[in-house]
Amino acid sequence: MKLKEKTKILDKVSIERTLERLAHEIIEKVKAVEGIALVGIKNRGAPLAERIADKIMDIAGKRPPVGALDITLYRDDLTQVAEQPVVHATEIDFNIDGIKVILIDDVLFTGRTIRCALDALVDFGRPSQIQLAVLIDRGHRELPIRADYVGKNVPTAPKEVIEVRLSETDGKDEVVLCEKV
Amino acid sequence: MSKHFVWTKKDLLGLEYLSREEIEFILYTAASFKEVTTRQIKKVPALRGKTVVNLFYEPSTRTRTSFELAAKRLSADVINIAVEASSVKKGETLIDTGRNIEALKIDIIVVRHGSSGAPNILAHHVNSSVVNAGDGWHEHPTQALLDMFTLKEKLGRIEGLNVSIIGDIAHSRVARSNIWGLTKLGAKVTVCAPPLLIPEGIEKMGVRVTNDLDTALKGADAINVLRMQFERDAALAFPSKLEYFKQYGITAERLKKCKKEIVVMHPGPINRGIEISSEVADGQNSVILEQVTNGIAVRMAALYLVAHARPTGTRGGEKPL
Amino acid sequence: MTGYLIKNGRVVDPANRIDEVLDILISDGKIEKVGKSLSNGGCKAIDASGKIVGPGLVDMHTHLREPGREDKETVASGTRAAVKGGFTSVACMPNTEPEALDNEGIIKRLSGIIKKDALANVFVVGAITMGRAGKKLADFKALKKAGAIGISDDGSSVDDEKLMSEALALAKKEGLLVIGHCEDRSISDSGVINYGLISTKMGLRGIPVEAEYKRVERDIELARKAKAAIHIAHVSCKESVDIIRKARKAGVEVSAETAPHYFSLTEDCCVTYDTNLKMNPPLRTKEDAEAIKKALKDGTIDAIATDHAPHTDSEKDVEFDFAPFGILGLETALGLAVTELVEKKVLSWSELFMRMSASPARLLGIDRGDLKNGKAADIVIIDPGKEYTYTKDSIASRSKNSPFIGWKLKGKVSHVFVAGKLIDEVLADR
Repeated sequence: MKLKEKTKILDKVSIERTLERLAHEIIEKVKAVEGIALVGIKNRGAPLAERIADKIMDIAGKRPPVGALDITLYRDDLTQVAEQPVVHATEIDFNIDGIKVILIDDVLFTGRTIRCALDALVDFGRPSQIQLAVLIDRGHRELPIRADYVGKNVPTAPKEVIEVRLSETDGKDEVVLCEKV
Repeated sequence: MSKHFVWTKKDLLGLEYLSREEIEFILYTAASFKEVTTRQIKKVPALRGKTVVNLFYEPSTRTRTSFELAAKRLSADVINIAVEASSVKKGETLIDTGRNIEALKIDIIVVRHGSSGAPNILAHHVNSSVVNAGDGWHEHPTQALLDMFTLKEKLGRIEGLNVSIIGDIAHSRVARSNIWGLTKLGAKVTVCAPPLLIPEGIEKMGVRVTNDLDTALKGADAINVLRMQFERDAALAFPSKLEYFKQYGITAERLKKCKKEIVVMHPGPINRGIEISSEVADGQNSVILEQVTNGIAVRMAALYLVAHARPTGTRGGEKPL
Repeated sequence: MTGYLIKNGRVVDPANRIDEVLDILISDGKIEKVGKSLSNGGCKAIDASGKIVGPGLVDMHTHLREPGREDKETVASGTRAAVKGGFTSVACMPNTEPEALDNEGIIKRLSGIIKKDALANVFVVGAITMGRAGKKLADFKALKKAGAIGISDDGSSVDDEKLMSEALALAKKEGLLVIGHCEDRSISDSGVINYGLISTKMGLRGIPVEAEYKRVERDIELARKAKAAIHIAHVSCKESVDIIRKARKAGVEVSAETAPHYFSLTEDCCVTYDTNLKMNPPLRTKEDAEAIKKALKDGTIDAIATDHAPHTDSEKDVEFDFAPFGILGLETALGLAVTELVEKKVLSWSELFMRMSASPARLLGIDRGDLKNGKAADIVIIDPGKEYTYTKDSIASRSKNSPFIGWKLKGKVSHVFVAGKLIDEVLADR
C-alpha cells in the first residue's frame, strides 16, 4: 500500500502538549492515581503509555504501573489479512485485578483493535474498570466503542490513513494525514 | 527480529528445510507464546474454530500431550488418532488416512511416524498443514526448536556456543534436527557416541565427531544427552547398559570437569543410570523440566504459524528433482 | 511385394560397421538390402531423412510380471511400452509371482501368452533355483527345452557358493547365459537407499556398495573357477566397474549391464522421499554415475538394460521404507541415453546401438541387433533432435512408477519395425 502525505496534523510540540492534557484529564477523572495502571496497545500505544505515565508522575508525583499489550492473537481478521501479523510479547508484570486500567492507543478507528484488547485484558484478570485514551479519534466506528479521553478528533474519509510516528518506534514525532494511492 | 517477516510455509517437516531466519522467527514467536503460558488464563483465541489432529503411529505420551496442550491453548479443537504400529502394513495407507482426515475439514495434522519421510509424503498429498512430531531417524523439528529455545533463554544466544550431542546419533531424529538447527544458527556442534552409533558422513553436516566423552564435554557450553534405546537398534552396537554408563553416562563427577554453567538438556524420557545419573538429571545444571515447559510455547508458535500460512503457503520439504 | 523402403536415413549398424546415409529395403519380414538409392520396387517408401535408422533395441532385463501380476504389467502392455521406447526385443526376468519361471510348464504357458499378445520379441530368462529360493537348482535342460535363453534368480543372489558354481557349470553345458543379481543380503539387510551422507540425512537404512561389489567379486571368481561365463546385472557403483574391468583383462568371461537411472540420477535426488526413486541397487553418488559412463564408453559395461520394474500406484504410494524397489524403464531408456550420453558426447550413435542392441543381442545369443541382408527386419527410426516431455498420460506400461515424468528428453522414436511389420498404433503421437 502506497501512501501520499496530505497534511501534518500534529508536530512534536503539539503531540507533547496533547499528551500532557490527556494526563491532566486522566488524573482529574480517576481522582486517585494509586489505583490505576496504564496499558498501551502494541505497537505505538506502548510508548504513548510510557510518556503519559511520565507526565502523570510530573503532575501528581506518582507514576502508575505501565504495561504493553500485544493483541495479535485476539484479532478477528487473522485469516483475512494479506500479511500475517508478527506476534509480539505482552508485558504486563502487575496484577490488574480490582484496579482501573486505562488502555492507550494511537488511533481509534473501527474499534476492532479495542475489542481485541478488551478480550486480551480480561484474560489477565478482572479490573474494576477499563477506560480508553487515544491520541487521535478519526471516526468510522464499526463497533459500539468510544474513547474516554481523546487527544484530537480528526474527521477523515475512509480511504485516508492517519500515520502516527513516534521517536521510539519511527525516529521522529509527528501525526500525518495520508491518502492511499 | 523484523516486524515484517512473513512466514510462508504450510508445513513444518524438518529444520533441514528452514532458513536461519525462519528458525529465528519461530523462536521469536515462541517467546511471545511463552508469556501466554504464564498467565492465569493460559489461552488465546488465535486458532479458534480450527481443528488439529494428532495422528500418531508411534506411542508417545509426552509429545502428543505437549502438542495437544499447545493446540488447546490456542483455542483449537484437538482430536487424537493413535494408529497401531502392527496395522500400518496391512491397514489403510498413510495417504488414504491423511485424505480421510482431511475430509473431516481439519486444518493441521500433527504426525508421528516410525518411518522416515512419512510426514513429507503426507504433506505432498494433503492440503492441510502437516507438522512433523518425529519421523523414524529423520527429524523431530519441534524438539530441536524447544532445545534451542531453552538454550537461548539460558545463555542468551546460540551463535558461537559449543554444543555437544551425546548418545545414539545414528538412530536419533532429535540429533539430526538439532544439528540442522544449531549449525544454521552458528553454534559449534560436536556429536559423541560409540563408533557404531555414529552414522556415515555425519561430519559433512558440519559437526565435529568424537568417540570420547571427555573430548565432547571439554569446553562445552551445553550438552544434549540422548535417550539410549537398548530395546531397539542401539543394542546391536552397544550391548551393555552398565558399560555404556561407564563410558558415556553423564555423572556429577564428569560434570565437575566441565564449564561451571554448562547446560544439561535431555529430550526425555530419561533413563536414569544409563545415559545420565540422577544427580545430574535433578541437579542445578539440568534444564530438563524447563524444556518440557518451553515445548508448549514452541509448539504453539509452530501451529500458529503454519495454520496462518496455509491458504497461500508453500509445501514444506520439497525440492525439485 | 509386401515391404517397406526406408529412404535417406542415417543408418547406424555397429555390427556391420556402418554409419552413413543409406536406404534399407525390407520384405517378407527380412532385410532385403541396405544400400544407396535403392528403388522401392512397389514397396511403401518411408522418408527417413534427418533421422537415425538402427537395429531395433534389445533389452536384456525386463520384468513383464505375467503370469501372476497382471495388475502391474502384462506381456501385451509391457511389449507396447517396449515398442514405444524403440525396443524390438526384450528378455523377461523369472521373478514372476506367485510362481517363478522355474519350470517347463510355466514357461510354456508364458510362451503361449507371448505368441498371442506380444508386439515385440520376448525371450524368456528362467530361474536358477526353484522358487528363486537359492536352495535347489532348477532343471536347466527343461528350461532350455521350453525356450529359455538364460537363467537368473534376479531379485535375489544365490548365496550358496557351491550351488552357484554348479549352476555356472551346468548352464555352460546347456548354452544358457547366467545373469547374476549381485547383492549380499547380509550386508544390504533392510537398507532402502545408498549408504552414505544422504541416508544419514534422510534417516533411512543404507545399502553399502559392498553389498554389490563383494558379490560381483564372488560371482566372477566362481565363473573363473568354473571356466564359465557370467553376466552381471544392473551395475551401479564404481567398485563393481573396477572389478569387472580387471577380471576381463585377466581373461574371465564376464559381461555387464547397467540401467539408465544409474547414469541419469544420483542418491541426492532421493531427498524428497519419492518412492519412484527407490530401486535396487540404489542410486549412488555422482562419482559412481561418472564411473558408469566411463565404463559404457570403454566397453567394460557391455549393455544398457532397463530393469523395467512396474509397480502399481497403490504399492508405491506408501512410506519409503515400505515401497517396493524398482521403476519403469522401457519408455525412457532411449531418451535418457540420447539426452545424457549422446547429446553430452559420452557415446556416439554407433556406440549407443552397440550398448542397446548389438551387444545385448550377442550376449543373449539371439540373432538380432544386426541389419545385414537376410536378418530379421527389427528396425527403429529415431528423430534425434526432437525434444519431447515424458508425461504420465503417455505411458503405455500398465504401471506409472517413473521418476522421469515431466523430464524433457531428446531422441524420439518415430517408427518401429518388428520382423518387418510396422508397429504403427503404438507410436501414433510421433
